[in-house]
Amino acid sequence: MAKVKGAVVINTENCKGCGLCIYACPTDTLGFSKEINSKGFNYSEMVQDECIACVSCALVCPDAVITVYRMKKDKAV
Amino acid sequence: MGITVSLENMDKIYERPKTLKDQVMHYCPGCGHGVAHRLVMEIVAELGIQEKTIGIAPVGCSVFAYYYMDIDMQEAAHGRACAVATGVKRMMPDHYVFTYQGDGDLAAIGTNETIHACNRGENITIVFVNNAVYGMTGGQMAPTTLIGQITTTCPSGREQVANGYPIRMSELVAQLPGTTYVERVAVNTPARVRKAKKALTKAFKSQELKKGTSFIEIVSNCPSNWKMTPVESNKWLDENMLPYYPLGLYKDEISGE
Repeated sequence: MAKVKGAVVINTENCKGCGLCIYACPTDTLGFSKEINSKGFNYSEMVQDECIACVSCALVCPDAVITVYRMKKDKAV
Repeated sequence: MGITVSLENMDKIYERPKTLKDQVMHYCPGCGHGVAHRLVMEIVAELGIQEKTIGIAPVGCSVFAYYYMDIDMQEAAHGRACAVATGVKRMMPDHYVFTYQGDGDLAAIGTNETIHACNRGENITIVFVNNAVYGMTGGQMAPTTLIGQITTTCPSGREQVANGYPIRMSELVAQLPGTTYVERVAVNTPARVRKAKKALTKAFKSQELKKGTSFIEIVSNCPSNWKMTPVESNKWLDENMLPYYPLGLYKDEISGE
């Protein structure tokens, strides 16, 4: 089965760094940033390109800052 | 810096619902209220009932729900959301009316209003967020606080002799003839969030049948007042809250119609 490729875009300015998405991610794609946003939180970001577009992170995000993308079917390798 | 991935040839499969205003919520990091808000607003968007939905905001942490939900909303006095919802629904029976309440609002000061609204069988949806503590006022003991749980007003843990037992609202209202759909869900894992959304969708749709009250209890966390990190609080919820507040369907008189 071809692996599904995905990506997440996080509104880092509104992220509160609770870390629930990082815990929910099954492929360790997400991690805390080293930088902080203007509120002083270490926001969540993609640390490796392993996203499978499972949407787990967006489902548990209390601040709805995560947008999930999936590779179009005909473009998948 | 994290990595950047090209979004070329990508389909957007999940985004923040348009019915949730583009505003940062005041909730603490990791609070389950955010997920509950988002689920309710996703359902409003998916059912296409934004113009026909009226929400009743409570008193408690979620008192500012009307800042975040892009629908018509009305603030109620402490605990009286179900009574206000009754009036709104009776004046506008073609609208979807829901109350969004916490445990201090619904199960403490508003028990009377809640039970009688359910017993009258008002055609409203009650969304009850149970986090076992009074959040906004600083973590005092709530009626739903577990035996042995430490709060600022029971610093050595809640004792049955002095404070009584935690109240199970879903079981309580499920035995009333006025309710038509009662389910307890949680929002601490992705799978449970999906289930919670299904339950809330059913609850909103049940208003079309005009058969009675739908009641959804969302077991949620309160990292700040439980004095834990968000991830720890979700684990604590699993280990301590769910054995006393078992998830599941308590009443369903609408399926198959």
